[in-house]
Amino acid sequence: MYTLSNRLRLLSIILMVVGAVGLLAGFLTTPGSIEEVKQHLASHDDHGGGHGNDHSTDDSHAGNTIHAENSLEKDAHSGDAHYEHVLHQLQNKPWASLYVAAFFFFMIALGVLAFYAIQFAAQAGWSPVLFRVMEAITSYLVPGGIIMFVILALSGFHFNHLFHWMDPELVNPDSEHYDALIAGKSGWLNVPFFLIRALIFLGGWALYRHFAIKFSRKQDEEPTGNKWYKKSFKISAGFLVFFIYTESMMSWDWIMSFDPHWFSTLFGWYVFASLFVSGITVLALITIYLKSKGYLEFVNNSHIHDLAKFMFGISIFWTYLWFSQFMLIWYSNIPEEVTYFITRIEDYKLPFFGMLAMNFIFPLLVLMNSDFKRVNWFVVMAGIIILCGHYLDIFNMVMPGSVGASWFIGLSEISAVLLFLGLFLFIVFRALTKAPLLAKGNPYIEESKHFHY
Amino acid sequence: MASKVVHALYTDDDVLMDAVKRVRSEHYHIEEVFTPFPVHGLDKAMGLPHTKLAITSFLYGCVGLTVAITMMNYIMIEDWPQNIGGKPSFSFLENMPAFVPIMFELTVFFAAHLMVITFYMRSKLWPFKKAENPDVRTTDDHFLMEVDVANHDVEKLTNFLSDTGAVEIKIVEKDNH
Repeated sequence: MYTLSNRLRLLSIILMVVGAVGLLAGFLTTPGSIEEVKQHLASHDDHGGGHGNDHSTDDSHAGNTIHAENSLEKDAHSGDAHYEHVLHQLQNKPWASLYVAAFFFFMIALGVLAFYAIQFAAQAGWSPVLFRVMEAITSYLVPGGIIMFVILALSGFHFNHLFHWMDPELVNPDSEHYDALIAGKSGWLNVPFFLIRALIFLGGWALYRHFAIKFSRKQDEEPTGNKWYKKSFKISAGFLVFFIYTESMMSWDWIMSFDPHWFSTLFGWYVFASLFVSGITVLALITIYLKSKGYLEFVNNSHIHDLAKFMFGISIFWTYLWFSQFMLIWYSNIPEEVTYFITRIEDYKLPFFGMLAMNFIFPLLVLMNSDFKRVNWFVVMAGIIILCGHYLDIFNMVMPGSVGASWFIGLSEISAVLLFLGLFLFIVFRALTKAPLLAKGNPYIEESKHFHY
Repeated sequence: MASKVVHALYTDDDVLMDAVKRVRSEHYHIEEVFTPFPVHGLDKAMGLPHTKLAITSFLYGCVGLTVAITMMNYIMIEDWPQNIGGKPSFSFLENMPAFVPIMFELTVFFAAHLMVITFYMRSKLWPFKKAENPDVRTTDDHFLMEVDVANHDVEKLTNFLSDTGAVEIKIVEKDNH
């Protein structure tokens, strides 16, 4: 049995408190009026040199796709209209950083849940020694899911303006802000249906997790006949079908709708690759951590090798999907599509290309060698870079549609990550103490213990 | 120079694996093992050094990538620049995304083909080469272990081998070439 050390508990609580305080400060320091925005931009000019110019020249992209076709409104951007726009972006900023961090840690739990289900559906023989670690990581799914739902509901009830399409003015034909494209999508993108869908996704995933954990524990108690194992197999296969549809829709709803005019048909896969590789990376990191503390004596370096292979393979898969999406849009150069990448390349150059280096070139070079995949510190180093890279990936997906060119990785972004990191560590490591670290009833447990590559 | 070897035949890969481990622990020298299919972990059990084929593959991949970059730069940028899709090809970097599929394919093409050719050359395989396996049953359902007799006692060695589960043992004079 694993016992949560006081130091780790203290660390997670400190992370949560520091994160919460920082995020609160982020919310309190958002400008409340146009005058404060002017001051804010002026002070930026003082020490940033030229940075303020970026704001004004990038004006037409500031709201990216949202205003791209409302050219009348865009042209009217002069004088205070611009500052009002920046005001809205800056007011969105702490919300958006909260959203990115909440989603990032939620998707880790979701990615591990999918990985766990695949192990059962494939009747994998190598991985059962890691099942309890996977189960513990998925314990963040329910709290993380509730947090996501609360944030989405707050947006739906207009406590913040993260989702532009939620503005009722846009679908009102009599309004001067009427947006035909968004109105055309309102059959899918409307607040009640959006929240109902979120409930269905989260409910289905949480339901699978509940029963998968229950069956796994029961299998330990009465392994004869593998009755519970067979049940796990069936629900895992069923869950995977449900998951791949709902995950796709979740990615349209929770991420792609930040740019409501834009669409990409492989977006669901792209987000899936991101969440899958992040989940596997966290699984590898926590396994290595527990092993270094003397637990998981049945995990050998072949298991680590396999996890690192997955990190490597799914990183390449992510790049493949990223590039498939990018190249077609870049090459065809259709205005309503390409605006997505123009915004990112013009306003988000560093995170956009930095993420490519972190998510593709780095894992490619570091994890290519077979022997390096068995060296713990190599896997840990690669893992940390991959996780930072996929945080940036989510950042690049969410921020341009919510804060435009006013992005900055500062107090509220870092605090939000710390807050959820603390919460994640606390919940995951507390869940580890709840059951023995070896799923001893699993019919493949002996094979897994002797797994040798 | 002729040397004596013992051919021990097995009918099961797990038995063979255990036999290989035992033969090695008794410090007999295994010349070669012939199997109808790749037996996982046999190379490690035999104590064969790790293959360097992966390194050659990586280098061939780098060659392929270089060829692709040079080729696309010459064809699309230097020799005959065209304006495709509003993207005039005057700069390699600006048109690079369009070349990525070609760069990828040629990297894979070079790595795969040259690695296979290297493998054939290292294994001394070429068309019309006479088969080296001493017993045709090794292409069907038998496993054959060839153990060097050297200066060991033949009787003791054969007894030991039948002990490890060999179904058939032959002593063969082998011409070294």
